[in-house]
Amino acid sequence: MTQNRSAWIFAWALLVPAILYVLVIVAWPLVETFRLSFTNASLRRTVDYVGWRNYEKIFDADFLEIIIRTFTWTFFSVLLKMLIGTFGAVLLNCAVPGRHLFRLLTMPPWIVPMAIGIFMWGWMYNGQFGMISGLLQRFGIVDGPVAFLAYGNTAYWSTIVTDVWIGVPMVTIYFLAAIQSIPRDLYEAAWTDGASRWMRFRRITLPLMAPAIITMSMLSLIATFNSFDIIWILTQGGPSGSTTTMIIDTYSTAIGSKKYGEGAARAVVICLFLSLFCVAYFRMTRKLAMA
Amino acid sequence: MAKIFKINKTSTMIDRYSWYELIGIYAGIALFLFFMLAPFIEGFLVSLKPLSQLFSSPYSFWPENGSFRAYWTMWESVPQFGWYIFNSLLISTVATLIVLVLVVPAAYAFARFKFKGMALVLGAFLAVSMFSGAVLLIPLFRLMRTLGLLNTYFAMIVPGAAFLIPSAIWLLRTYMMRIPIELNEAAYMDGASQFYTFRRVILPIARPGIIVVAIMTFIGAYAQQFIFALTFNSKTEYMPLPVGLYAYFGKQEVIWNELMAASFVGIAPALVIIFFLQRYLVGGLTAGAIKQ
Repeated sequence: MTQNRSAWIFAWALLVPAILYVLVIVAWPLVETFRLSFTNASLRRTVDYVGWRNYEKIFDADFLEIIIRTFTWTFFSVLLKMLIGTFGAVLLNCAVPGRHLFRLLTMPPWIVPMAIGIFMWGWMYNGQFGMISGLLQRFGIVDGPVAFLAYGNTAYWSTIVTDVWIGVPMVTIYFLAAIQSIPRDLYEAAWTDGASRWMRFRRITLPLMAPAIITMSMLSLIATFNSFDIIWILTQGGPSGSTTTMIIDTYSTAIGSKKYGEGAARAVVICLFLSLFCVAYFRMTRKLAMA
Repeated sequence: MAKIFKINKTSTMIDRYSWYELIGIYAGIALFLFFMLAPFIEGFLVSLKPLSQLFSSPYSFWPENGSFRAYWTMWESVPQFGWYIFNSLLISTVATLIVLVLVVPAAYAFARFKFKGMALVLGAFLAVSMFSGAVLLIPLFRLMRTLGLLNTYFAMIVPGAAFLIPSAIWLLRTYMMRIPIELNEAAYMDGASQFYTFRRVILPIARPGIIVVAIMTFIGAYAQQFIFALTFNSKTEYMPLPVGLYAYFGKQEVIWNELMAASFVGIAPALVIIFFLQRYLVGGLTAGAIKQ
Protein backbone atom coordinates (compact mmCIF):
# COMPACT_ATOMS: atom_id res chain seq x y z
CA MET A 1 0.00 0.00 0.00
CA THR A 2 1.32 3.42 -0.82
CA GLN A 3 1.89 5.30 2.38
CA ASN A 4 1.35 8.79 1.11
CA ARG A 5 0.55 12.05 2.75
CA SER A 6 -3.19 11.43 3.10
CA ALA A 7 -2.50 8.09 4.78
CA TRP A 8 -0.24 9.91 7.22
CA ILE A 9 -2.97 12.41 8.05
CA PHE A 10 -5.55 9.65 8.34
CA ALA A 11 -3.40 7.53 10.69
CA TRP A 12 -2.71 10.41 13.05
CA ALA A 13 -6.32 11.56 12.92
CA LEU A 14 -7.32 8.11 14.18
CA LEU A 15 -4.85 8.43 17.03
CA VAL A 16 -5.56 11.98 18.12
CA PRO A 17 -8.69 11.39 20.26
CA ALA A 18 -7.06 8.65 22.33
CA ILE A 19 -3.85 10.66 22.67
CA LEU A 20 -5.74 13.77 23.81
CA TYR A 21 -7.76 11.79 26.36
CA VAL A 22 -4.69 10.20 27.90
CA LEU A 23 -2.84 13.53 27.84
CA VAL A 24 -5.58 15.24 29.87
CA ILE A 25 -6.33 12.40 32.30
CA VAL A 26 -2.87 10.91 32.81
CA ALA A 27 0.00 12.98 31.41
CA TRP A 28 -1.15 16.38 32.64
CA PRO A 29 -1.88 15.12 36.19
CA LEU A 30 1.55 13.51 36.20
CA VAL A 31 3.21 16.86 35.42
CA GLU A 32 0.88 18.60 37.85
CA THR A 33 1.91 16.17 40.61
CA PHE A 34 5.52 17.28 40.14
CA ARG A 35 4.51 20.95 40.26
CA LEU A 36 2.32 20.53 43.34
CA SER A 37 5.09 18.72 45.18
CA PHE A 38 6.92 22.06 45.34
CA THR A 39 3.92 23.91 46.77
CA ASN A 40 2.01 24.02 50.02
CA ALA A 41 -1.31 23.26 48.27
CA SER A 42 -4.11 22.32 50.63
CA LEU A 43 -7.79 23.17 50.95
CA ARG A 44 -6.86 26.87 51.13
CA ARG A 45 -7.30 28.96 48.01
CA THR A 46 -3.76 30.31 47.86
CA VAL A 47 -0.91 28.12 46.70
CA ASP A 48 2.70 29.14 47.31
CA TYR A 49 5.90 27.58 46.10
CA VAL A 50 7.94 26.25 48.97
CA GLY A 51 10.95 24.82 47.14
CA TRP A 52 12.21 21.49 48.45
CA ARG A 53 10.54 21.86 51.83
CA ASN A 54 8.01 19.04 51.27
CA TYR A 55 10.82 16.66 50.37
CA GLU A 56 12.84 17.71 53.40
CA LYS A 57 9.77 17.08 55.53
CA ILE A 58 8.94 13.62 54.23
CA PHE A 59 12.42 12.11 54.19
CA ASP A 60 12.67 10.85 57.73
CA ALA A 61 13.00 7.45 59.38
CA ASP A 62 9.25 6.80 59.09
CA PHE A 63 9.22 7.34 55.35
CA LEU A 64 12.23 5.10 54.87
CA GLU A 65 10.46 2.43 56.85
CA ILE A 66 7.40 2.82 54.59
CA ILE A 67 9.57 2.48 51.47
CA ILE A 68 11.24 -0.64 52.81
CA ARG A 69 7.88 -2.09 53.84
CA THR A 70 6.45 -1.40 50.37
CA PHE A 71 9.34 -3.28 48.80
CA THR A 72 9.18 -6.30 51.11
CA TRP A 73 5.38 -6.45 50.84
CA THR A 74 5.61 -6.29 47.03
CA PHE A 75 8.47 -8.80 46.92
CA PHE A 76 6.67 -11.46 48.96
CA SER A 77 3.43 -10.93 47.10
CA VAL A 78 5.04 -11.23 43.64
CA LEU A 79 7.13 -14.21 44.71
CA LEU A 80 4.06 -16.07 45.99
CA LYS A 81 2.07 -15.18 42.86
CA MET A 82 4.80 -16.62 40.64
CA LEU A 83 5.20 -19.80 42.71
CA ILE A 84 1.48 -20.50 43.06
CA GLY A 85 0.84 -19.45 39.46
CA THR A 86 3.47 -21.89 38.16
CA PHE A 87 2.10 -24.62 40.42
CA GLY A 88 -1.44 -23.99 39.18
CA ALA A 89 -0.48 -23.69 35.49
CA VAL A 90 1.50 -26.94 35.48
CA LEU A 91 -1.35 -28.81 37.17
CA LEU A 92 -4.04 -27.32 34.94
CA ASN A 93 -1.97 -28.28 31.91
CA CYS A 94 -2.20 -31.97 32.86
CA ALA A 95 -4.43 -33.92 30.50
CA VAL A 96 -6.89 -35.10 33.13
CA PRO A 97 -10.69 -35.21 32.90
CA GLY A 98 -12.32 -32.02 34.13
CA ARG A 99 -9.43 -29.70 33.25
CA HIS A 100 -11.61 -27.25 31.32
CA LEU A 101 -13.85 -26.80 34.34
CA PHE A 102 -10.84 -26.41 36.64
CA ARG A 103 -9.39 -23.67 34.42
CA LEU A 104 -12.69 -21.85 34.52
CA LEU A 105 -12.86 -22.13 38.31
CA THR A 106 -9.55 -20.30 38.78
CA MET A 107 -10.96 -17.12 37.27
CA PRO A 108 -13.52 -15.73 39.76
CA PRO A 109 -11.07 -13.84 42.01
CA TRP A 110 -9.92 -11.91 38.95
CA ILE A 111 -13.30 -11.26 37.35
CA VAL A 112 -15.52 -10.28 40.26
CA PRO A 113 -15.39 -6.74 41.64
CA MET A 114 -12.17 -6.61 43.62
CA ALA A 115 -13.72 -4.88 46.63
CA ILE A 116 -16.29 -7.64 47.07
CA GLY A 117 -13.65 -10.37 47.11
CA ILE A 118 -11.86 -8.32 49.74
CA PHE A 119 -15.02 -8.06 51.89
CA MET A 120 -15.14 -11.85 51.90
CA TRP A 121 -11.54 -12.04 53.05
CA GLY A 122 -12.37 -9.48 55.72
CA TRP A 123 -14.89 -11.92 57.15
CA MET A 124 -12.51 -14.87 56.84
CA TYR A 125 -9.88 -13.02 58.88
CA ASN A 126 -12.39 -12.19 61.61
CA GLY A 127 -11.02 -13.50 64.89
CA GLN A 128 -14.18 -14.52 66.71
CA PHE A 129 -16.24 -15.94 63.90
CA GLY A 130 -14.07 -16.13 60.79
CA MET A 131 -13.28 -19.32 58.94
CA ILE A 132 -9.48 -19.29 59.19
CA SER A 133 -9.38 -18.69 62.92
CA GLY A 134 -12.25 -21.16 63.39
CA LEU A 135 -10.59 -23.95 61.41
CA LEU A 136 -7.20 -23.37 63.04
CA GLN A 137 -8.85 -23.73 66.46
CA ARG A 138 -10.81 -26.78 65.37
CA PHE A 139 -7.60 -28.53 64.31
CA GLY A 140 -5.85 -27.43 67.48
CA ILE A 141 -3.19 -25.36 65.73
CA VAL A 142 -3.97 -22.29 67.84
CA ASP A 143 -5.49 -22.14 71.32
CA GLY A 144 -7.73 -19.12 71.14
CA PRO A 145 -9.26 -16.94 68.44
CA VAL A 146 -6.78 -15.08 66.21
CA ALA A 147 -7.91 -11.66 65.00
CA PHE A 148 -5.68 -11.57 61.94
CA LEU A 149 -6.19 -7.91 61.12
CA ALA A 150 -5.68 -6.68 64.68
CA TYR A 151 -1.94 -7.35 64.97
CA GLY A 152 0.81 -5.85 62.84
CA ASN A 153 2.49 -9.05 61.78
CA THR A 154 -0.62 -11.04 60.92
CA ALA A 155 -2.23 -8.02 59.21
CA TYR A 156 0.88 -7.64 57.02
CA TRP A 157 0.68 -11.27 55.88
CA SER A 158 -3.09 -11.27 55.61
CA THR A 159 -3.03 -8.38 53.15
CA ILE A 160 -0.31 -10.17 51.16
CA VAL A 161 -2.39 -13.37 50.99
CA THR A 162 -5.41 -11.46 49.69
CA ASP A 163 -3.24 -9.65 47.13
CA VAL A 164 -1.83 -13.00 45.99
CA TRP A 165 -5.35 -14.41 45.75
CA ILE A 166 -6.43 -11.63 43.40
CA GLY A 167 -3.25 -11.82 41.31
CA VAL A 168 -2.87 -15.60 40.91
CA PRO A 169 -5.63 -16.25 38.31
CA MET A 170 -4.10 -13.92 35.72
CA VAL A 171 -0.60 -15.30 36.33
CA THR A 172 -1.88 -18.87 36.10
CA ILE A 173 -3.81 -18.38 32.87
CA TYR A 174 -0.87 -16.52 31.33
CA PHE A 175 1.61 -19.25 32.35
CA LEU A 176 -0.79 -21.91 31.09
CA ALA A 177 -0.82 -20.23 27.67
CA ALA A 178 2.99 -20.11 27.76
CA ILE A 179 3.22 -23.82 28.60
CA GLN A 180 0.76 -24.74 25.87
CA SER A 181 2.78 -22.87 23.26
CA ILE A 182 5.80 -25.12 23.93
CA PRO A 183 6.10 -27.53 20.95
CA ARG A 184 4.94 -31.01 21.84
CA ASP A 185 7.73 -32.65 19.85
CA LEU A 186 10.17 -31.62 22.56
CA TYR A 187 8.23 -33.55 25.17
CA GLU A 188 7.76 -36.52 22.86
CA ALA A 189 11.47 -36.64 22.04
CA ALA A 190 12.35 -36.45 25.73
CA TRP A 191 9.75 -39.09 26.51
CA THR A 192 11.18 -41.42 23.86
CA ASP A 193 14.60 -40.95 25.45
CA GLY A 194 13.13 -42.05 28.75
CA ALA A 195 13.21 -38.69 30.57
CA SER A 196 11.03 -38.73 33.68
CA ARG A 197 8.14 -36.32 34.14
CA TRP A 198 10.17 -34.27 36.59
CA MET A 199 13.12 -34.17 34.16
CA ARG A 200 10.84 -32.98 31.37
CA PHE A 201 9.53 -30.24 33.65
CA ARG A 202 13.01 -29.17 34.77
CA ARG A 203 14.68 -29.29 31.36
CA ILE A 204 11.86 -28.31 28.97
CA THR A 205 8.90 -26.63 30.67
CA LEU A 206 10.76 -24.42 33.10
CA PRO A 207 13.42 -23.03 30.70
CA LEU A 208 10.87 -22.37 27.96
CA MET A 209 8.51 -20.75 30.46
CA ALA A 210 11.26 -18.46 31.72
CA PRO A 211 10.47 -15.50 29.42
CA ALA A 212 6.82 -15.64 30.49
CA ILE A 213 7.85 -15.78 34.15
CA ILE A 214 10.16 -12.79 33.75
CA THR A 215 7.58 -10.74 31.84
CA MET A 216 4.83 -11.58 34.28
CA SER A 217 6.89 -10.89 37.38
CA MET A 218 7.71 -7.42 36.03
CA LEU A 219 4.06 -6.68 35.24
CA SER A 220 3.03 -8.11 38.57
CA LEU A 221 5.68 -6.06 40.36
CA ILE A 222 4.25 -2.85 38.91
CA ALA A 223 0.63 -3.81 39.68
CA THR A 224 1.47 -4.92 43.22
CA PHE A 225 3.50 -1.79 43.92
CA ASN A 226 0.33 0.18 43.03
CA SER A 227 -1.96 -2.00 45.15
CA PHE A 228 -4.45 0.15 47.05
CA ASP A 229 -7.92 -1.40 47.42
CA ILE A 230 -6.87 -4.49 49.37
CA ILE A 231 -4.97 -2.75 52.12
CA TRP A 232 -7.37 0.17 52.31
CA ILE A 233 -10.45 -2.02 52.75
CA LEU A 234 -8.87 -4.53 55.12
CA THR A 235 -6.76 -2.33 57.41
CA GLN A 236 -6.50 1.24 56.06
CA GLY A 237 -2.76 0.85 56.61
CA GLY A 238 -3.07 -0.13 60.26
CA PRO A 239 -2.73 -1.41 62.89
CA SER A 240 -0.26 1.35 63.84
CA GLY A 241 1.09 1.63 60.31
CA SER A 242 2.11 -2.01 59.90
CA THR A 243 0.45 -2.31 56.47
CA THR A 244 1.09 1.27 55.32
CA THR A 245 2.69 1.05 51.89
CA MET A 246 3.69 4.11 49.86
CA ILE A 247 0.36 4.26 48.03
CA ILE A 248 -1.61 4.06 51.28
CA ASP A 249 0.69 6.64 52.86
CA THR A 250 0.21 9.02 49.93
CA TYR A 251 -3.54 8.55 50.00
CA SER A 252 -3.89 9.25 53.71
CA THR A 253 -1.61 12.30 53.48
CA ALA A 254 -3.31 13.79 50.44
CA ILE A 255 -6.94 12.78 50.73
CA GLY A 256 -7.16 12.00 54.45
CA SER A 257 -5.22 14.98 55.83
CA LYS A 258 -5.78 17.22 52.76
CA LYS A 259 -2.06 18.03 52.54
CA TYR A 260 -1.93 18.07 48.74
CA GLY A 261 1.59 19.48 48.44
CA GLU A 262 3.13 16.98 50.80
CA GLY A 263 1.06 14.16 49.31
CA ALA A 264 2.26 15.13 45.84
CA ALA A 265 5.88 14.91 47.02
CA ARG A 266 5.17 11.39 48.26
CA ALA A 267 3.49 10.55 44.96
CA VAL A 268 6.55 11.82 43.05
CA VAL A 269 8.74 9.34 44.93
CA ILE A 270 6.35 6.55 43.86
CA CYS A 271 6.51 7.82 40.26
CA LEU A 272 10.30 7.69 40.31
CA PHE A 273 10.26 4.05 41.41
CA LEU A 274 7.56 3.19 38.85
CA SER A 275 9.57 4.83 36.06
CA LEU A 276 12.57 2.72 37.02
CA PHE A 277 10.43 -0.43 36.87
CA CYS A 278 8.99 0.74 33.57
CA VAL A 279 12.42 1.22 31.98
CA ALA A 280 13.56 -2.13 33.33
CA TYR A 281 10.45 -3.77 31.92
CA PHE A 282 10.81 -2.32 28.43
CA ARG A 283 14.51 -3.21 28.32
CA MET A 284 13.81 -6.73 29.45
CA THR A 285 11.02 -7.35 26.95
CA ARG A 286 13.25 -6.03 24.16
CA LYS A 287 16.02 -8.36 25.25
CA LEU A 288 13.56 -11.27 25.37
CA ALA A 289 12.21 -10.41 21.93
CA MET A 290 15.72 -10.42 20.47
CA ALA A 291 16.78 -13.67 22.15
CA MET B 1 -0.04 -43.54 7.60
CA ALA B 2 2.25 -45.52 9.83
CA LYS B 3 4.06 -42.37 10.85
CA ILE B 4 0.86 -40.62 11.88
CA PHE B 5 -0.12 -43.63 13.91
CA LYS B 6 3.21 -43.59 15.71
CA ILE B 7 2.91 -39.93 16.62
CA ASN B 8 -0.59 -40.41 17.92
CA LYS B 9 0.53 -43.33 20.00
CA THR B 10 3.31 -41.30 21.56
CA SER B 11 0.91 -38.43 22.19
CA THR B 12 -1.51 -40.59 24.10
CA MET B 13 1.18 -42.54 25.94
CA ILE B 14 2.82 -39.36 27.17
CA ASP B 15 -0.46 -38.22 28.72
CA ARG B 16 -1.03 -41.47 30.57
CA TYR B 17 -0.67 -41.07 34.29
CA SER B 18 -0.12 -43.80 36.88
CA TRP B 19 -2.66 -43.92 39.70
CA TYR B 20 -0.41 -42.18 42.22
CA GLU B 21 0.34 -39.42 39.72
CA LEU B 22 -3.39 -38.94 39.17
CA ILE B 23 -3.99 -38.70 42.91
CA GLY B 24 -1.16 -36.18 43.16
CA ILE B 25 -2.54 -34.07 40.31
CA TYR B 26 -6.09 -34.03 41.63
CA ALA B 27 -4.93 -33.31 45.17
CA GLY B 28 -2.81 -30.43 43.89
CA ILE B 29 -5.66 -29.03 41.81
CA ALA B 30 -8.03 -29.38 44.77
CA LEU B 31 -5.63 -27.48 47.00
CA PHE B 32 -5.14 -24.78 44.37
CA LEU B 33 -8.85 -24.37 43.68
CA PHE B 34 -9.63 -24.36 47.39
CA PHE B 35 -7.42 -21.29 47.78
CA MET B 36 -9.11 -19.64 44.78
CA LEU B 37 -12.66 -20.40 45.86
CA ALA B 38 -12.55 -20.52 49.67
CA PRO B 39 -13.75 -16.91 50.12
CA PHE B 40 -16.69 -17.54 47.81
CA ILE B 41 -17.65 -20.81 49.50
CA GLU B 42 -17.38 -19.22 52.93
CA GLY B 43 -19.17 -16.07 51.77
CA PHE B 44 -22.01 -18.11 50.33
CA LEU B 45 -22.38 -20.23 53.47
CA VAL B 46 -22.35 -17.08 55.58
CA SER B 47 -25.15 -15.62 53.49
CA LEU B 48 -27.26 -18.68 54.38
CA LYS B 49 -26.56 -18.64 58.11
CA PRO B 50 -28.87 -16.86 60.52
CA LEU B 51 -27.09 -14.08 62.44
CA SER B 52 -27.36 -15.95 65.73
CA GLN B 53 -25.30 -18.79 64.31
CA LEU B 54 -22.78 -16.46 62.71
CA PHE B 55 -21.91 -14.83 66.00
CA SER B 56 -21.54 -17.97 68.04
CA SER B 57 -18.57 -19.99 69.15
CA PRO B 58 -17.27 -22.50 68.38
CA TYR B 59 -17.03 -21.89 64.66
CA SER B 60 -19.26 -24.09 62.52
CA PHE B 61 -18.60 -24.40 58.83
CA TRP B 62 -22.01 -25.63 57.66
CA PRO B 63 -25.12 -23.51 58.16
CA GLU B 64 -27.70 -24.99 60.51
CA ASN B 65 -31.25 -23.98 59.62
CA GLY B 66 -29.72 -22.28 56.61
CA SER B 67 -32.10 -20.21 54.51
CA PHE B 68 -32.10 -17.63 51.77
CA ARG B 69 -33.76 -15.14 54.13
CA ALA B 70 -30.82 -12.73 53.96
CA TYR B 71 -31.39 -12.38 50.23
CA TRP B 72 -34.81 -10.88 51.01
CA THR B 73 -34.00 -8.88 54.12
CA MET B 74 -30.95 -7.23 52.57
CA TRP B 75 -33.20 -5.15 50.32
CA GLU B 76 -34.57 -3.48 53.47
CA SER B 77 -31.24 -3.14 55.29
CA VAL B 78 -29.48 -1.79 52.20
CA PRO B 79 -32.27 0.30 50.73
CA GLN B 80 -30.07 1.72 47.96
CA PHE B 81 -28.90 -1.70 46.83
CA GLY B 82 -30.77 -1.59 43.53
CA TRP B 83 -29.26 1.81 42.81
CA TYR B 84 -25.74 0.58 43.59
CA ILE B 85 -26.08 -2.18 41.00
CA PHE B 86 -27.60 0.22 38.50
CA ASN B 87 -24.79 2.74 39.09
CA SER B 88 -22.15 0.04 38.70
CA LEU B 89 -23.63 -1.11 35.42
CA LEU B 90 -24.09 2.45 34.18
CA ILE B 91 -20.53 3.48 35.04
CA SER B 92 -19.09 0.35 33.41
CA THR B 93 -21.23 0.74 30.30
CA VAL B 94 -20.37 4.39 29.68
CA ALA B 95 -16.68 3.77 30.43
CA THR B 96 -16.71 0.89 27.95
CA LEU B 97 -18.32 3.06 25.27
CA ILE B 98 -15.75 5.83 25.78
CA VAL B 99 -12.91 3.32 25.60
CA LEU B 100 -14.30 1.73 22.41
CA VAL B 101 -14.77 5.06 20.65
CA LEU B 102 -11.16 6.01 21.40
CA VAL B 103 -9.52 2.63 21.03
CA VAL B 104 -11.02 1.18 17.84
CA PRO B 105 -9.54 3.88 15.56
CA ALA B 106 -6.28 4.02 17.53
CA ALA B 107 -5.79 0.25 17.42
CA TYR B 108 -6.39 0.26 13.66
CA ALA B 109 -3.82 3.01 13.20
CA PHE B 110 -1.25 1.10 15.26
CA ALA B 111 -2.00 -2.14 13.44
CA ARG B 112 -1.90 -0.83 9.87
CA PHE B 113 0.35 2.22 9.63
CA LYS B 114 4.01 2.53 10.47
CA PHE B 115 4.84 6.20 10.50
CA LYS B 116 7.63 7.83 12.41
CA GLY B 117 6.74 8.46 16.04
CA MET B 118 3.96 5.91 16.27
CA ALA B 119 6.06 3.29 18.06
CA LEU B 120 6.88 5.94 20.65
CA VAL B 121 3.19 6.78 21.11
CA LEU B 122 2.35 3.10 21.51
CA GLY B 123 5.07 2.78 24.14
CA ALA B 124 3.67 5.84 25.92
CA PHE B 125 0.20 4.29 25.96
CA LEU B 126 1.58 1.12 27.51
CA ALA B 127 3.46 3.16 30.10
CA VAL B 128 0.13 4.67 31.16
CA SER B 129 -0.99 1.31 32.51
CA MET B 130 2.01 1.32 34.83
CA PHE B 131 0.73 4.32 36.76
CA SER B 132 -2.24 3.63 38.91
CA GLY B 133 -4.95 6.16 39.60
CA ALA B 134 -3.81 6.39 43.19
CA VAL B 135 -0.60 8.15 42.19
CA LEU B 136 -2.40 10.78 40.13
CA LEU B 137 -5.24 11.25 42.57
CA ILE B 138 -4.29 14.71 43.84
CA PRO B 139 -4.28 16.60 40.52
CA LEU B 140 -7.27 14.58 39.32
CA PHE B 141 -9.15 15.55 42.46
CA ARG B 142 -8.30 19.23 41.92
CA LEU B 143 -9.21 18.94 38.24
CA MET B 144 -12.59 17.42 39.07
CA ARG B 145 -13.21 20.08 41.69
CA THR B 146 -12.32 22.89 39.29
CA LEU B 147 -14.57 21.47 36.58
CA GLY B 148 -17.32 21.01 39.17
CA LEU B 149 -17.49 17.30 38.43
CA LEU B 150 -17.08 16.09 42.01
CA ASN B 151 -20.06 14.02 43.13
CA THR B 152 -21.20 13.23 39.60
CA TYR B 153 -21.08 10.08 37.50
CA PHE B 154 -18.44 11.72 35.28
CA ALA B 155 -15.94 11.89 38.13
CA MET B 156 -16.04 8.10 38.35
CA ILE B 157 -16.28 7.35 34.61
CA VAL B 158 -13.76 9.69 32.99
CA PRO B 159 -10.61 8.85 35.04
CA GLY B 160 -11.47 5.15 35.16
CA ALA B 161 -11.76 4.91 31.38
CA ALA B 162 -8.25 6.30 30.84
CA PHE B 163 -6.65 3.40 32.67
CA LEU B 164 -8.61 0.84 30.63
CA ILE B 165 -7.33 2.23 27.31
CA PRO B 166 -3.82 0.68 27.20
CA SER B 167 -4.77 -2.99 27.46
CA ALA B 168 -7.74 -2.44 25.12
CA ILE B 169 -5.45 -0.90 22.49
CA TRP B 170 -2.99 -3.74 22.86
CA LEU B 171 -5.63 -6.44 22.56
CA LEU B 172 -7.37 -4.94 19.54
CA ARG B 173 -4.14 -4.05 17.76
CA THR B 174 -3.03 -7.69 18.03
CA TYR B 175 -6.37 -8.76 16.57
CA MET B 176 -6.33 -6.23 13.73
CA MET B 177 -2.78 -7.09 12.71
CA ARG B 178 -4.11 -10.51 11.70
CA ILE B 179 -6.49 -8.98 9.14
CA PRO B 180 -4.77 -9.48 5.75
CA ILE B 181 -3.32 -6.27 4.33
CA GLU B 182 -4.46 -7.41 0.86
CA LEU B 183 -7.94 -6.21 1.85
CA ASN B 184 -6.61 -2.68 2.19
CA GLU B 185 -4.78 -2.97 -1.10
CA ALA B 186 -7.87 -4.27 -2.90
CA ALA B 187 -9.97 -1.45 -1.50
CA TYR B 188 -7.28 1.05 -2.53
CA MET B 189 -7.28 -0.36 -6.07
CA ASP B 190 -11.04 0.07 -6.19
CA GLY B 191 -10.53 3.71 -5.34
CA ALA B 192 -11.93 3.54 -1.80
CA SER B 193 -10.83 6.29 0.54
CA GLN B 194 -8.94 5.49 3.72
CA PHE B 195 -11.97 6.25 5.82
CA TYR B 196 -14.29 4.18 3.64
CA THR B 197 -11.88 1.23 3.86
CA PHE B 198 -11.75 1.53 7.64
CA ARG B 199 -15.48 1.93 8.03
CA ARG B 200 -16.75 -0.57 5.43
CA VAL B 201 -13.98 -3.14 5.10
CA ILE B 202 -12.03 -3.33 8.34
CA LEU B 203 -14.66 -2.67 10.99
CA PRO B 204 -17.05 -5.46 9.91
CA ILE B 205 -14.20 -7.99 9.85
CA ALA B 206 -12.84 -6.80 13.18
CA ARG B 207 -16.22 -7.10 14.88
CA PRO B 208 -15.42 -10.30 16.87
CA GLY B 209 -12.24 -8.68 18.17
CA ILE B 210 -14.10 -5.52 19.11
CA ILE B 211 -16.66 -7.58 21.01
CA VAL B 212 -13.92 -9.32 22.98
CA VAL B 213 -12.34 -5.96 23.81
CA ALA B 214 -15.73 -4.59 24.85
CA ILE B 215 -16.31 -7.53 27.19
CA MET B 216 -12.84 -7.29 28.69
CA THR B 217 -13.16 -3.55 29.20
CA PHE B 218 -16.58 -3.93 30.76
CA ILE B 219 -15.32 -6.56 33.18
CA GLY B 220 -12.33 -4.37 34.03
CA ALA B 221 -14.56 -1.36 34.60
CA TYR B 222 -16.99 -3.39 36.70
CA ALA B 223 -14.25 -4.98 38.78
CA GLN B 224 -12.17 -1.92 39.51
CA GLN B 225 -14.58 0.73 40.62
CA PHE B 226 -13.23 1.70 43.95
CA ILE B 227 -10.65 4.40 44.41
CA PHE B 228 -12.19 7.06 42.14
CA ALA B 229 -15.69 6.35 43.41
CA LEU B 230 -14.41 6.48 46.99
CA THR B 231 -12.58 9.77 46.53
CA PHE B 232 -14.52 11.76 43.95
CA ASN B 233 -18.06 11.00 45.04
CA SER B 234 -19.74 11.20 48.41
CA LYS B 235 -23.36 11.03 47.27
CA THR B 236 -25.03 7.77 48.20
CA GLU B 237 -27.33 7.80 45.18
CA TYR B 238 -24.38 7.77 42.74
CA MET B 239 -22.28 5.13 44.50
CA PRO B 240 -21.35 1.98 42.60
CA LEU B 241 -21.75 -1.36 44.34
CA PRO B 242 -18.24 -1.80 45.86
CA VAL B 243 -18.25 1.63 47.51
CA GLY B 244 -21.89 1.36 48.50
CA LEU B 245 -21.23 -1.90 50.30
CA TYR B 246 -17.95 -0.59 51.71
CA ALA B 247 -19.97 1.95 53.68
CA TYR B 248 -21.73 -0.99 55.38
CA PHE B 249 -18.50 -2.90 55.80
CA GLY B 250 -17.06 -0.01 57.77
CA LYS B 251 -19.91 0.10 60.27
CA GLN B 252 -19.55 -1.30 63.77
CA GLU B 253 -22.47 -3.69 63.53
CA VAL B 254 -21.94 -5.45 60.24
CA ILE B 255 -24.89 -7.62 59.26
CA TRP B 256 -22.57 -10.13 57.67
CA ASN B 257 -25.12 -12.53 56.20
CA GLU B 258 -26.85 -9.70 54.38
CA LEU B 259 -23.54 -8.16 53.25
CA MET B 260 -22.53 -11.52 51.80
CA ALA B 261 -25.93 -12.01 50.17
CA ALA B 262 -25.63 -8.56 48.61
CA SER B 263 -22.09 -9.37 47.45
CA PHE B 264 -23.30 -12.51 45.73
CA VAL B 265 -26.07 -10.68 43.92
CA GLY B 266 -23.47 -8.07 42.95
CA ILE B 267 -20.99 -10.54 41.48
CA ALA B 268 -23.68 -12.55 39.69
CA PRO B 269 -23.30 -10.60 36.42
CA ALA B 270 -19.56 -11.30 36.39
CA LEU B 271 -20.09 -15.00 37.07
CA VAL B 272 -22.71 -15.24 34.32
CA ILE B 273 -20.24 -13.64 31.93
CA ILE B 274 -17.53 -16.13 32.89
CA PHE B 275 -19.73 -19.09 32.12
CA PHE B 276 -21.18 -17.87 28.86
CA LEU B 277 -18.15 -16.19 27.38
CA GLN B 278 -15.36 -18.43 28.66
CA ARG B 279 -14.20 -19.20 25.13
CA TYR B 280 -13.43 -15.54 24.43
CA LEU B 281 -12.21 -14.83 27.93
CA VAL B 282 -9.14 -17.03 28.09
CA GLY B 283 -7.83 -15.70 24.77
CA GLY B 284 -8.76 -12.14 25.65
CA LEU B 285 -7.29 -12.20 29.12
CA THR B 286 -3.96 -13.66 28.09
CA ALA B 287 -3.56 -11.47 24.99
CA GLY B 288 -4.32 -8.46 27.16
CA ALA B 289 -1.59 -9.45 29.56
CA ILE B 290 1.11 -9.71 26.92
CA LYS B 291 2.40 -6.19 26.64
CA GLN B 292 5.68 -6.19 24.84
